[in-house]
Amino acid sequence: MSILEVNGVSIRYMTGDFKDIGIKEYITRRLRGKYQVKEFWADKNVTFTLEKGDMLGIIGTNGAGKSTLLKAISGIMEPTEGYVKREGTIAALLELASGFDGDLTVQENTYLRGAMLGYTRKFMNEMYDQIIAFADLKDFEERPFKQLSSGMKSRLAFSIACLVQPDILILDEVLSVGDGAFRKKSEKKMKEIIGSGATTILVSHSIVQVREMCTKILWLHKGHQVEFGDDVQGICDRYQEMLDGKRQISVPER
Amino acid sequence: MIQKMKRYQFLFEELVKRDFKKKYKRTVLGMAWSVLSPLLMLLVLRLVFTQFFGRGMDHYTTYLFCGNLVFSYFNESTSQGMTSLTGNASIFTKVNIPKYLFLFSKNIQTLINFGLTLCVFFVFCVLDQITFTWKFILLVYPILCLVLFNIGVGLILSAMFVFFRDIQYLWGVFTQLLMYMSAIFYTTDGYSPLFQKLFYLNPVYAMISYVRKIVLYGTIPTLQHHVLILFYALLVLAIGGWVYKKYNTKFLYYV
Repeated sequence: MSILEVNGVSIRYMTGDFKDIGIKEYITRRLRGKYQVKEFWADKNVTFTLEKGDMLGIIGTNGAGKSTLLKAISGIMEPTEGYVKREGTIAALLELASGFDGDLTVQENTYLRGAMLGYTRKFMNEMYDQIIAFADLKDFEERPFKQLSSGMKSRLAFSIACLVQPDILILDEVLSVGDGAFRKKSEKKMKEIIGSGATTILVSHSIVQVREMCTKILWLHKGHQVEFGDDVQGICDRYQEMLDGKRQISVPER
Repeated sequence: MIQKMKRYQFLFEELVKRDFKKKYKRTVLGMAWSVLSPLLMLLVLRLVFTQFFGRGMDHYTTYLFCGNLVFSYFNESTSQGMTSLTGNASIFTKVNIPKYLFLFSKNIQTLINFGLTLCVFFVFCVLDQITFTWKFILLVYPILCLVLFNIGVGLILSAMFVFFRDIQYLWGVFTQLLMYMSAIFYTTDGYSPLFQKLFYLNPVYAMISYVRKIVLYGTIPTLQHHVLILFYALLVLAIGGWVYKKYNTKFLYYV
């Protein structure tokens, strides 16, 4: 029984005139027949399944559709075509440092974020000290969040997020936060979570990291699925060749 | 539904807390403003309409306050609710949570404000020598309808605001117009009976007049009146709910 099934998922973004134009522009353009909406397929026909305990690495250059795919998997977006079937709870840690409120204090933000991730108040009360200690922000608890450095922000974000115990865990570039010392600490923590049997999806630009940690690889290129399989080293090698310019990827015309 | 509510209860509480803290940040008087600002508004209205326009009627202050009470709650709740989606875009594009929570949280805040103003209102009633009767309990009904109505309008507005930012300005003008049509500082007695009925096409007026009938005249409004305000409330709520359901996954593309 697979824990996550992504079947023929395509996601269409609309770009073009409909955004930021206001009513007047909308009407005039409609009247003149100049109203244009371009379709843009961020992901096209992506299919894969994951079993319990799998660690999937998603690789691909910028704009390959990785983050969009993650949004579909976590349920923030609906796929335009295809479907995503999930078994169990899912936690998505996407672009961690954003979504905080600069005016609130560190403590308030911690609780708010915890609530967003679906923790209970009791759990947060128990874990709060631990979170602050892990993020090393003991002296900053009552400070407004906007006064923190960007490193501190991501440290806090990670410290709250890493308490999740989901069946499926989605990590979008979260392993590369903070300075060297914190990165070591966070990698260790992450491995603990993964080791506890969660199915994990990792998006990373660090090929080294992916080779080291993942058991399956999904390679996306401009929204299309190039390869998927458990031949981690082989796929990474071919991806590296493409990055070095030794290999061309041809994708079907869209 | 109940399970869902339980699940998001903590998040909801935190959102309410956040809205509160943000609202009164950097104000010396803090929450006292909730009471003070309607009072000042009332003072201005009273001054203008008794000193300059010379309206002589019994309990004019209470009459004014009834209208102002309902209208400012409506105004505050809807115009603040309008930005509840766009203002929280950075959250709902990253976490999968019900988007109406943001609006509900804003509405809790304005409802508490309204509650405080209501207390002041009752103090004024005492000062204005209004006789309190058991019928005052019935005020719960229009308030409930008003809450639902405001949520409904808020849902519609916040969704529209995602697509067209012009709404903000149009709504400002519209509420101004609505205020003048809600008979807040004048009475409808001078109009023909038919015209007086037309006033009831305005949901806000229907709510105001309900409150006045209880407070000023000590009468229980007709059954039709009850049905009418409930109808308005449920209608906009249904439209708002439908809009949110329909565009739930589309908001994302527009923010």
